[in-house]
Amino acid sequence: MATADPMALRAYQYWILRYRRTWRGTVVISIANPLLFLVAIGVGLGRLIAPDSATLGGVDYLAFFAPGILAAAAMQNGIVEAAFPVAVNRGPGGAYPVAAGTPLEPEDILHGHLLFMASRVTLSAAVFVAVMVAFGAAHSPLVLLALPAAALTAMAFALPSAAWAVTLPDVRPVNGIFKWVVMPLYLFSGTFFAVEQLPSVVRPLVYATPLWHGVDLCRALSLGTVSWPLAAVHVGYLGALCCLGYLVARRTYRRHLHA
Amino acid sequence: MPDVLVEAAGLVKRYPPRDRHGSPFTAVDGIDFTLRRGESFGFLGPNGAGKSSTMRMIACVSPPTAGTLRVLGLNPLTQGRQIRARLGVVPQDDALDRELTVLENLLIYGRYFGLPKSTIAARSAHLLEFAQLAERGRDRVDALSGGMRRRLTIARSLINEPEMLLLDEPTTGLDPQARHVLWDRLFRLKQQGVSLILTTHYMDEAEQLCDRLIVMDKGRIVAQGSPAELIAAHSTREVLELRFGIGEQDKAVAKLRDAAIRDRLEELPDRVLWYTAEGEAALAIVHQVGLRPVTAMVRRASLEDVFLALTGRTLVD
Repeated sequence: MATADPMALRAYQYWILRYRRTWRGTVVISIANPLLFLVAIGVGLGRLIAPDSATLGGVDYLAFFAPGILAAAAMQNGIVEAAFPVAVNRGPGGAYPVAAGTPLEPEDILHGHLLFMASRVTLSAAVFVAVMVAFGAAHSPLVLLALPAAALTAMAFALPSAAWAVTLPDVRPVNGIFKWVVMPLYLFSGTFFAVEQLPSVVRPLVYATPLWHGVDLCRALSLGTVSWPLAAVHVGYLGALCCLGYLVARRTYRRHLHA
Repeated sequence: MPDVLVEAAGLVKRYPPRDRHGSPFTAVDGIDFTLRRGESFGFLGPNGAGKSSTMRMIACVSPPTAGTLRVLGLNPLTQGRQIRARLGVVPQDDALDRELTVLENLLIYGRYFGLPKSTIAARSAHLLEFAQLAERGRDRVDALSGGMRRRLTIARSLINEPEMLLLDEPTTGLDPQARHVLWDRLFRLKQQGVSLILTTHYMDEAEQLCDRLIVMDKGRIVAQGSPAELIAAHSTREVLELRFGIGEQDKAVAKLRDAAIRDRLEELPDRVLWYTAEGEAALAIVHQVGLRPVTAMVRRASLEDVFLALTGRTLVD
């Protein structure tokens, strides 16, 4: 009687069905916001900045800024798609305990939700990349690879967020993440200006943050200035964060859904 | 099909401390019971008695800390998936998706069990009929009343045609009329051969729906049997309830203790209960010794009295 589709897909279908009801509300934060930033800062403010500025690598500000905001928006989307829904749905009345009462195991619930998070952040990044190209902000066809790079950046934040959020008794601590993690990273990870413009003592700190790796990777691909060994370091760093987040999430999901 | 639905021996559930200074909390403290197919069971007890923890272990969403547990002849620790596929679960907090419609809620739940969409559609029509929600399929859950939502949760739990249905406090928070509608539906299920296992702290609910009761207190089983057996074993046939004026109860109880030599007296904050074979005879004695209670009522003993006799406390504070 039962169909043979993988357990994770059964959980994924729930999020898709829900999304068909709620997608309108998500467009503003995940797509419109970063696009407004792109236009206001990249196009508007960017006109005031000398186009041949050496610190920007000799490109105009829009071309410099657009891939940066692509990565920063990906980070924000990753956290928004993971932390809030997980914290809300883990508790009584949420979707997780309901699914846990069926043949789905905590790992299936995790996998289904991760699949949905990945779909969401990829979709948002794809729209952004398309607009970047339309504005002439991309200088290389390699910008197509900036899409998986942005999705990887998003998941490097989404996976640890999910692993943490499933342990929360309520959703309030998530707001703290936006104040203390998202905002500083957004501003100081080379999104709006080159890291070389920061004092040399601060720079190693920035190089250690995951968002800088995402920004530098997206920018190198968009501008066509990619150094493949450095790109491999970026992908390795972000990939390691994903793996770590995943392994922790498997544990925390089981511990909290099968308490 | 195995005759035994659930078998527990020395079952323990201990939760780790909430913080570094806390100590582990023992919710279920070594219980033994056997639930057989074709009977309906109630776990009866006050809040914190360990009923819900026991239910969560049976539902295979909470691994036992110690002891053995078999559900439908299988081991919850290694065969949870197979067991859950054959159970229906009605949680206390409906846990429906309020943004989705009634039918979408059934669809999602059916998909969790891997049922094809056509099967879910056919069963949904039948289940909504049963839950008296046939006209509401396309409405959002948001628009339903509390009683309707509970009936929908029961309909949802039946989508996989379960062999037994676990209900955690099925009528808590509902108004009297909604409770009676729900009891009627559950009684029909019982007659169709679905074994009900429920937790409750309502006596009338336990008497209506359960063939056998397991009375729990502080993580332990204090008694088990059919409602009639429990009353026969732990209470008298009748109870005389006496209320006295403010400040007069203590003096009255002293007098009653002399009068009711062989019977048990139970003092509650607002009334005195006299457990006796003959309520009217006891009331005559009350008047004989010169007591003038504000109200006096003779009634049949109930499960509430059983619980009071076993634990010294009432079920609902």
